[in-house]
Amino acid sequence: MRIDGKGRVDRNRPVNFTFDGKAFGGFAGDTLASALMGADVRLVGRSFKYHRPRGVLTAGSEEPNALVTVRSGAAADPNTRATVQELYEGLEAVSQNRWPSLDFDVLGVNDLAAPFFGAGFYYKTFMWPKSFWEKLYEPMIRRAAGLGALSGKPNADRYEKAYAFCDVLVIGGGPAGLMAALTAARAGAEVILASEDCCFGGRLQAEDETVDGDPGATWATALAGELATMENVRLMPRTTVTGAYDGGTFGALERVAQHLADPGDAPIECFWRIAARRAVLCSGALERHIAFRDNDRPGVMMAGALRAYLNRWGVAPGRRVVVFGNNDDAHRTARDMHLAGLEVVALVDSRHDAENMAGDVPFYPGWQVARAHGAKGLEAVDLIGPQGALKRVQADALGVSGGWNPAVSLTCHLNGRPVWDDRIAGFVPREDAVPGMTVAGAARGTFATLACLREGAEAGREAAQALGFSGELPVIPVAEDEAYHVRRLWAVPGKGRAWLDFQNDVTVKDVKQAARENYRSVEHMKRYTTQGMATDQGKSSNVQALAILADATGRDLPETGTTTFRPPYVPVSIAAMGAGSQGKGFAPQRFTTSHEASVARGAPMVEAGLWYRPSYFPQPGEKTWREACDREVKMVRESVGICDVSTLGKIDLQGRDVGAFLDFVYTNTFSTLKPGRVRYGLMLREDGHVMDDGTTARLTENQWVMTTTTAAAGEVMKHLDWVRQAYCGAMDVRFISVTEQWAQFAVAGPKSRELLNGLLDHPIDDGSFPFMQCGPVSIGGLAARLFRISFSGEHAYEIAVPARYGASLFEVLLGRAETLGGGPYGMEALNVLRIEKGHITHAEIHGRTTAFDIGFARMVSARKDCIGKALAARPGMVEDDREQLVGLRPVTTGRELTAGAHLFDKGAEAVRVNDLGYITSVGFSPSLGTFLGLGFLRNGRARHGEEIRMVDHVRGIEETCIVTDPVAFDEDGGRLRG
Amino acid sequence: MVDLTALTPCSGLLPLRKGTVTLSELDPGRITSLMPFGGQRAALSAALERAHGLGFPAPGRVTQTEGATCLWTARDQAFLMGPDPDPALADHAAMTDQSDAWAVVLLAGEDTEDVLARLVPIDLRPAAFPEGSAARTLCQHMTVSISRRAEGLQIMCFRSMARTLAHEIADVMASVAGRRAAG
Amino acid sequence: MRLTCPICGDRDRREFYYQGDAAMLARPDPAAPVQDWADWLHLRDNPAGRTRELWYHEAGCTSWLMVERDTVTHEVFSVDLVERVDAD
Ligand SMILES: [Zn+2]
Repeated sequence: MRIDGKGRVDRNRPVNFTFDGKAFGGFAGDTLASALMGADVRLVGRSFKYHRPRGVLTAGSEEPNALVTVRSGAAADPNTRATVQELYEGLEAVSQNRWPSLDFDVLGVNDLAAPFFGAGFYYKTFMWPKSFWEKLYEPMIRRAAGLGALSGKPNADRYEKAYAFCDVLVIGGGPAGLMAALTAARAGAEVILASEDCCFGGRLQAEDETVDGDPGATWATALAGELATMENVRLMPRTTVTGAYDGGTFGALERVAQHLADPGDAPIECFWRIAARRAVLCSGALERHIAFRDNDRPGVMMAGALRAYLNRWGVAPGRRVVVFGNNDDAHRTARDMHLAGLEVVALVDSRHDAENMAGDVPFYPGWQVARAHGAKGLEAVDLIGPQGALKRVQADALGVSGGWNPAVSLTCHLNGRPVWDDRIAGFVPREDAVPGMTVAGAARGTFATLACLREGAEAGREAAQALGFSGELPVIPVAEDEAYHVRRLWAVPGKGRAWLDFQNDVTVKDVKQAARENYRSVEHMKRYTTQGMATDQGKSSNVQALAILADATGRDLPETGTTTFRPPYVPVSIAAMGAGSQGKGFAPQRFTTSHEASVARGAPMVEAGLWYRPSYFPQPGEKTWREACDREVKMVRESVGICDVSTLGKIDLQGRDVGAFLDFVYTNTFSTLKPGRVRYGLMLREDGHVMDDGTTARLTENQWVMTTTTAAAGEVMKHLDWVRQAYCGAMDVRFISVTEQWAQFAVAGPKSRELLNGLLDHPIDDGSFPFMQCGPVSIGGLAARLFRISFSGEHAYEIAVPARYGASLFEVLLGRAETLGGGPYGMEALNVLRIEKGHITHAEIHGRTTAFDIGFARMVSARKDCIGKALAARPGMVEDDREQLVGLRPVTTGRELTAGAHLFDKGAEAVRVNDLGYITSVGFSPSLGTFLGLGFLRNGRARHGEEIRMVDHVRGIEETCIVTDPVAFDEDGGRLRG
Repeated sequence: MVDLTALTPCSGLLPLRKGTVTLSELDPGRITSLMPFGGQRAALSAALERAHGLGFPAPGRVTQTEGATCLWTARDQAFLMGPDPDPALADHAAMTDQSDAWAVVLLAGEDTEDVLARLVPIDLRPAAFPEGSAARTLCQHMTVSISRRAEGLQIMCFRSMARTLAHEIADVMASVAGRRAAG
Repeated sequence: MRLTCPICGDRDRREFYYQGDAAMLARPDPAAPVQDWADWLHLRDNPAGRTRELWYHEAGCTSWLMVERDTVTHEVFSVDLVERVDAD
């Protein structure tokens, strides 16, 4: 209900919204929770396990009960806390975890069966038979117990992540935070002030108190306004700092557009990574409740929240109010409710010596609340007196205060355990728990406003001073300076279920049972009972649970353990953390200069690392990729084919010692290579396995170009940097990637030279350009590079031009190839061509094979050291029974081989112990009219000509193969030299 | 005689304008990487000064003169941008032509730093990154060179990633403009 | 986590690649027994406390770095260049 004359919502600006499809009205400035309360909706959710009816408990992000789904369809945002969600015109919210409706929930029967559902119920009950778990138990439990559901649809909403930097990060916009920010900023520090609330003031927004003679909220708004005008201050409202990380990094979640009816292009949320040189934590304190029978009835709330709803939003869950507490602060709630004209029927203070500070209200010192009545909303409260006297009072609102816990969460994120402080009966942060972060105000157990203002200012000055800024302390405003006394009370003894963790349905009895079953460690108790484990992380109940565990195990509270917290402080949507990384943002896409032309020719593009390369170039009439591939292979073998090979890594190396450096990174010798010549090289990792292979050309005496495979280009660059910086500091070697500078195309086939000679300004022949030659050439006066190298096994070249001309050269090459009966070829044909020649790729050098395995042991020079050489000679690395590279072809021509199949002796059972190797690459060779494979076979080099059995367990294919040399086509290499 | 035609890395992609910010392609002229050989940094700097009127930049800096800039790009590495390099520089440094290897774009306008704060993990606000500053860092998942020019921030990424760069920046430009529109 | 690269300054950890223990710097003599090589490559201490690690400023200046760090407190004591000599 709305309370006349109270609250700061704008009653001239009504806002319409729906809850569970029903239309309601609120006002600008309302949260969904306050608007529902204003509209007399008390039942807002059902609990996780027992489906108990629940109402709003708190007025902040610690809310365990009022979780709703906001917006609809793909934009639906489940588990939104109604206490944080600002109201906007047309807001749609629906309740969760109920069926068919919030008012009548079938699974409410769980509550009747509660005696069977206690702590550890799931662990004990759903164990056997094992096969039931996946098929029956888990789906059933998931349906019955849960929070909101995802829409399952791709969410088109915009989310964002961003970086920010500052000298001083002030976490929390309450009195301490405002003063910390002001003081640090006036000293000259660059300040970020993050406030979880949509405005500044923190608790001042919820109180009826003055600061410097103005209402606290007015004072805070004015100060925030002053800060907003300062160049070196960045105000971040609606921003919750969610985590403290190493090196002064903080995570923060900004709710950018969750409060807007139409976000437009604005992101819903932004996840910030803030690098701060210093931080001041002013996160305030969170109230805890007291457990008693049925203390979860809608209408039962935190006393501080009851007061906040009255003072800030002008609403209350009922007219007849009971306040129950163990501390002075509860009296303020009774006072404010009474002054607002509500009927305070009882102020119950468990402390027998307490004095009434609430004014003219019925006061019950030494009494406790024993039970709440009413199913879907509070109707009456049972009070129990010091001598056991019982009294029932009719009430529809009950505010409970068990004391205030400093919000120490962030101080725990780097392993700083908080310490027990008897003065406030709560945990306070350990000093220096997070390097560079100090704590001020209620977050360190200082509750009077005046002291918070002063501590904040001092912490702000100290943070600025630590960074070399100096400034005065500002004048501390005149403010409330009341003492705060509390006396421990965690749970009221008695029958029935008294609730601790509302969201997870954990009762006092559950914690005691955990202790009885010897889950005495707080960490075990938490896991056994699920105390503190959901979206609210037990913010309002962990300390009570710990205290009850302490009682049950006969220990002191500090001795029993401590509460600790991990990030994030509030739930962070994955969409915010992963913002920008969906779809095309997942990884960069790299496109060659021939990309558009390949796509225009209908080539399906396949990923090769980050690159996109054409799979094949379909011709009219071709029905399958195989037809295109076979044609392209024949084309290269018979005329000429063009393939973009720009994706291979190219590294330019210069300096006097490049030869020696290459000798060290390659297994074979490069220092003897003559200018104008190209050599194939093999690189090992230090463990003796092959890392990469490729050709390196010596362009001039002191300039070389290394090529790497497409996949390993980055890894090789990192490796070269490592080897040079760590082991070759004295060598004069400089290198840089030139991969992107050159568009490079393979021109392969018997007519390749004919094609090039029609293109180059000066023709070439075998004399000027023999196999493995390289040199400068020109095309229409443009300087280009030519390499006579071959992956296909044909007479072939690679021609490179500056990338700006790549697209143009590709078209020219294709045009000329087509007049010669050739054309472009793609990755499929490239693969077949190299399999025919027994050339390896990363399918073969997959990280577990050695130079010996691939038949290149001779390439490891005996005359010099190189990376990987020593360990390549380890026992076990060169034994004959290792799996060695072989060629394979089916005994019956036309039968198919499959990559991934395993090899077995004929007659041996196809099981693990008989495994002799596996197939790495296969392709149909149109040149030989048969499938060919490459693979690794134990002692394979000695088994050429033998028959072996291939079994593909996955696809269910079996074939008999002949073991051959890896080179199946043009064994003597006549074609590539011719 | 074959006449090959040239395409710039961002042809067809830019310019883009959203909110207060414009993303456009720059023509950097000739780009030459310079990596001084052992003990040659001072000599290289002197040779640069003689030939082009600017020195070899310190880490994180750009040196500049009319028509030429020298941009620090990595340890012991800088890019001479603009002129054809004096061949005499080769006495002191390994040189490669990088003119075609980079997409070079300019982001300019009031919200420039806010846009890049959504992609780049370093502080690019003018106080922390004034004119004459250069950095190698990340832009979302790509490695980039960023430097401040009088007109705005210059961003360079590998030519093959030009499309991704334009996409990433356009996406956050929309987001920042959307925040402005939302107030 | 942040590291201060001696060349680039204070940077977010996502610019760096983590390699492992700095023991990799002490590469054995080529003639050393193969067991020494295997120990060098594979055997690592796993201290709770100070460690010396190799990091690569992959998205920065491409320097390999030696970082001295505490695995318990995460305090970073020093960041040095693996190759200390610049081209000057
Ligand atoms: Zn660096």
